[in-house]
Amino acid sequence: MASSNPISNTWTLTKVRVRLAMRNRTFLFFSLAMPLGFLFFFVMVFSKGSPAWIAYILGSILTLTVMGSFWGLSVQLVMFREAGILRRFRLAPVGAGPMLASSILANYILVVPSVTIEILVCKWVLHMQSWGNLWAIFLLVTVGSAAFSAFGLIVASVTNTMQETQVINQLIWTLFLFLSGASVPLAVFPLWIQRASLFMPATYLATGLEFATTNLASPAEILTDFLALTLGVLVAFEISRQLFRWEPEAKVPGRAKLWVLVAMIPFIAFGVYENVSGKRLAQIHDNFKAIDHAPSAPTKSTDIR
Amino acid sequence: MAEPIIQVEGLYKSYGAVQAVRGLSFAVEEGEVFGLLGPNGAGKTSTVEILEGMRTPDGGTARVCGLDPERSGSAFKQKIGAVLQSTALPDKLKVKEAIELFANFYTNRANTDALLKRFQLEEKRDAFYNQLSGGQKQRLALAMALVNNPQVVFLDEPTAGLDPQVRREIYDIIEELKRDKKTVLITTHYIEEAERLCDRVAIVDQGRIIATGSPRELKHKSAGTTRIEVRLAKPDANGSLATLDGVADCREFEGTYVIHSSRAPQTIVALVKHLESESNELQSLEMFSPSLEDVFIELTGRRLRD
Repeated sequence: MASSNPISNTWTLTKVRVRLAMRNRTFLFFSLAMPLGFLFFFVMVFSKGSPAWIAYILGSILTLTVMGSFWGLSVQLVMFREAGILRRFRLAPVGAGPMLASSILANYILVVPSVTIEILVCKWVLHMQSWGNLWAIFLLVTVGSAAFSAFGLIVASVTNTMQETQVINQLIWTLFLFLSGASVPLAVFPLWIQRASLFMPATYLATGLEFATTNLASPAEILTDFLALTLGVLVAFEISRQLFRWEPEAKVPGRAKLWVLVAMIPFIAFGVYENVSGKRLAQIHDNFKAIDHAPSAPTKSTDIR
Repeated sequence: MAEPIIQVEGLYKSYGAVQAVRGLSFAVEEGEVFGLLGPNGAGKTSTVEILEGMRTPDGGTARVCGLDPERSGSAFKQKIGAVLQSTALPDKLKVKEAIELFANFYTNRANTDALLKRFQLEEKRDAFYNQLSGGQKQRLALAMALVNNPQVVFLDEPTAGLDPQVRREIYDIIEELKRDKKTVLITTHYIEEAERLCDRVAIVDQGRIIATGSPRELKHKSAGTTRIEVRLAKPDANGSLATLDGVADCREFEGTYVIHSSRAPQTIVALVKHLESESNELQSLEMFSPSLEDVFIELTGRRLRD
């Protein structure tokens, strides 16, 4: 008898998970309404009437939207496991791969409309001057959504209860939120925090998207962020697949939590490289200055150097 | 003779210091409804979950449809259907979506509309899972177990916690499976369920099979005695009930005396006389035809529901 097809199973599960998310009001609030709320709040507080800031703030808001993948998925997976929903799927010819891949794909499908709305609001409502580098935005949103979904799946795999998941998520989320440049520009932090932030995946997403929306970096410079996040996806997905548990009573030993550190290896490598080269921090500072002092639309990074 | 569709030999399973399954062996023929009857904690669920490929045995072998459940992966899962004892679906998944979702995972798919009709779920096809009653959820679980036209169906306590009317509805569905010549392995602690539905029953206690046979055979093994349950105003201090006319066995369970008698009328007359002579009174008396409960009491000294 033919075995079931993992690709078709992934797509089947993806469709259902998208449908379930669309029926969840909390999800709609956190994925759509809240980022838009942040967008208008940030514009009111930080834009200083300068259109150049709108593009910069858009980069931050896109980062928050994409990073949201991390939070929702891990909680949902743990909830499914605790409720015994995963064990029903285990009876069917569905492996851990399609279960996890469908989480990532469904999340991406749900992130794209939010991101599109945010870009359109910035352009048409808030009068952002340029569209930014849309190709780079598309690639970074794609790989960033996958990377943060995969990180969320690792957290779900190494935590045993919903409570534990939420505590760990809260800790990681706070670090990502405040030290990546997503909510507060990295350039305003002391140098040691800026150096430490180069070891965090969120920094590559935030700076990459800010470079792309403000059009202040060359494609080659954005490529580093893209590569870091792509490596992050591959490592994190494989780790989450290895650690995946179907049964609520299958507890993970404490040492398995160290796998989270393995998922950080690509970012540790990129962090070391960026700290030694110093190029990224210089670029972050240059871009921040360009935006902070720009009365009107910023020019390309090659022009301001 | 064809190889049994389920073959279990010397199965062992422990959870830490607790030995849940201790050397279980049995075989189920194709088209048979086979029951594992025993109290909670007897090792029934562990056994059935090993057969479903959900747990790894510590020892022994299990084969279903000629395959090793643990190692045969997708090919094995294509052949079986199951209702788990504890499971759920996402709250906001609709009934029809749930059946279609699971059907999509299999190469051999049953008609989902026909399943909705067969399990009386047509009216609820667009209802969310969290809007269903306990009985409807269980009917959905049964429908989902059949989405792949399985060769073997595992039903783990399919009526546990359901009210009697819903339980009877589930019995009707299982009887329909029986008429369709499906191989069904059912675990239960309900005597009525095992007697009504199963072609053969294995009585399980503390991880071991203590008797196997058709319900009729097992009841014959219990010496064809009638069970008389009495409650007395004062306890039978000296165990004299066991000496009454026709009494084969007498045990006390929480104030109720369970008497097995080969000649029930004589025993009751003797009981009344005995109570008069002892200045004791009868508070209640119930008589039961021989059942699998009696077999269990005879073999273990305990009631099935204890």
